[in-house]
Amino acid sequence: MTSAPAKYAQYLADFQSLTQGPGASVPSWLQSLRDNAWSRFNETGFPTARRGNERWKYTSVRPIAGTDFSLAGRPTAVNGSRDIAPSYHMTGDSVYDLVFVDGHLSAELSSPSDTSNGVAAISLATAASDSAFDLKNQVGSQALLDDDDGFVALNTAFLNDGAYVHVPDGHSGSVVVRISYITADGTTAKVTYPRTLIVAGQNTNLTVVESYYGPKDRAYFTNAVTEISLRDGAQVDHYRLLLEGNKAFHVGTSRVNQQKDSSFRSASFALGASLARNDLEVAFAGPGGFCSLNGLYLTADDQHIDNLISIDHAVPHCTSRLNYKGILDGKSKAVFGGEVIVAKDAQKSDAEQTDKNLILSRSAEVDSKPSLLIYADDVKCSHGATAGHIDADTLFYLRSRGLDLDAASRMLIQAFASEIIDSVKPEHLKEHIDAVFTAAIPNKTLPMAGVR
Amino acid sequence: MAAAAKGTQPLLTIKGLTASAGDLEILKGIDLEVYAGEVHAIMGPNGSGKSTLANVLAGRPDYKVTGGSVLFEGQDILKLEPEIRARMGLFLAFQYPLELPGVRAWQFLKAGVDARRVHNGEEEMSAREFDQMLKAKVEQVQIDPDLVKRAVNEGFSGGEKKRNEILQMAVLEPKLALLDETDSGLDIDALRIVSDGVNLLRSPENAVILVTHYQRILNYITPNQVHVLYDGRIVRSGGPELAHELEEKGYDWIKEAVDAGV
Repeated sequence: MTSAPAKYAQYLADFQSLTQGPGASVPSWLQSLRDNAWSRFNETGFPTARRGNERWKYTSVRPIAGTDFSLAGRPTAVNGSRDIAPSYHMTGDSVYDLVFVDGHLSAELSSPSDTSNGVAAISLATAASDSAFDLKNQVGSQALLDDDDGFVALNTAFLNDGAYVHVPDGHSGSVVVRISYITADGTTAKVTYPRTLIVAGQNTNLTVVESYYGPKDRAYFTNAVTEISLRDGAQVDHYRLLLEGNKAFHVGTSRVNQQKDSSFRSASFALGASLARNDLEVAFAGPGGFCSLNGLYLTADDQHIDNLISIDHAVPHCTSRLNYKGILDGKSKAVFGGEVIVAKDAQKSDAEQTDKNLILSRSAEVDSKPSLLIYADDVKCSHGATAGHIDADTLFYLRSRGLDLDAASRMLIQAFASEIIDSVKPEHLKEHIDAVFTAAIPNKTLPMAGVR
Repeated sequence: MAAAAKGTQPLLTIKGLTASAGDLEILKGIDLEVYAGEVHAIMGPNGSGKSTLANVLAGRPDYKVTGGSVLFEGQDILKLEPEIRARMGLFLAFQYPLELPGVRAWQFLKAGVDARRVHNGEEEMSAREFDQMLKAKVEQVQIDPDLVKRAVNEGFSGGEKKRNEILQMAVLEPKLALLDETDSGLDIDALRIVSDGVNLLRSPENAVILVTHYQRILNYITPNQVHVLYDGRIVRSGGPELAHELEEKGYDWIKEAVDAGV
């Protein structure tokens, strides 16, 4: 611990107060996990864009590494968080709401499960303190400490609270869990470490909405880790909403493991955040798996978003669909790294990946790098990336019907986004996302080539 | 023009219109008057400038007007944005209608209708009122109601796209419709639907300019006047019989006559 570089002094102080201060008593397995993670973070530190580090080639985390973020304290009152917590209606046989403020479950704003039907949708801190939940063998089983990024290690070192969702094997009804992580307004530069652990048992049906919110014009850091396990035949719909404040830093790492015949449908929506990283890895561990990973990001000003999506076809007969779309304005920058790996024995793999970007200004920039690593010979794989402006002829078509340039471009931007928004199944969630994105579409006349 | 009595003022007056695309001069001096209640056919060989004329009138930014004037209901429209011309009642049926993935036909058409209403100082149409109107128009122009439920023109056949243009025209109820080779590439059934749509729209209050390469559509729509465009100028004008003459003799005799200075 003493080897921590001076620049991580704040993290060290926070780590010591978390693990040694009052209320620091946690099960020994958790304490040793934190200690290991802290050591690992001290080895790796934050990643740099050094040569050969393909994972961070186009994204600099200097703004994160250069700020002394301090661990957010337990909030005394929910204050404004009540207004931030999502209120759209969700329907399902069992519906649960878990709301976290500054990293701690807010009992006032949440409606967790009572476990009477065997379903757990509760605080991770609660689950960790009860050996019946056996978190020891689940936490950290997907998000490993051995990568060089440092973020998973740092999150794990500060592992304290988060969401634990477990649907037991064969549970029949649909389960819906809405998990909301809110950073409350405050003057200090705060960091939170949301941790989400989701286990969908055999042949279960689970929908999870994982959302991140925070104040405008405040620099804060969210370092989130999500682990999702799908047992045989499980069907999970996962929605990720990044609605952080405009000065926020967000690094999200999601690791998904899919057993035989399971289906994982995810849609990631990103708005806000000064710097956002969405690192998602899906691993097929049993044949017959299906995943569809959709994404939509809208950036403006000098925002930077980095999506790094990896799908590991380690076993045969799995199908993956990756479809990300970006809308970029201002001087914003989007990085997309898509990687599909098809192992030598993974015959009959079927993979498609696309990344399409609509660029609304001359200064916005996209670095899109889809890649396929195929070691099997009987596979169906494709990939593609595009970046383009709104087509001038199409604009004229709309204008010739009476729409002005602004209304016409809005309609085309909305149309571009609709493919991803329409993939959202819960009706009220779709309306919510549609409203949020529609409001965020830049209102302006486009200075595009060919448009006079 | 100012002295003209009400009702005798042309809906459209084009005088000495010249226009270019890049460095290429395409329209070299067009003069044309169209009165409400009339259908004018503009014919001509490929490259004569027919489509350019229709697009310049609609305000396509790819062309530069270099001279002349275009009065629509007495107002010079050449400096107006295309959407303003549309709201004033000008409609261009595209030769190659664009596909708008993700844009629902309903939303697209309502936006156009509302833009025009707001321009005229009216309120936007209620969703229900628009629904009823759209349904009626779909029946009127006999297009497949499913086309309206899909994204605009996405995956449509060429004929479906042209029919969809006619539906848009019916919904937007223009004072002046410019049909840019709407008939090309259509089979007989589609041609009939398109022609019926145009005939349906004909009224003493509005006018149609039919840009076409072929005489065929004029078997279904009887024009008041036929103009032949060649090398950026109207070189012949006449009644429907001129179209028949072109059908029989082709365009070569006109080219030869013009080139010979006759």
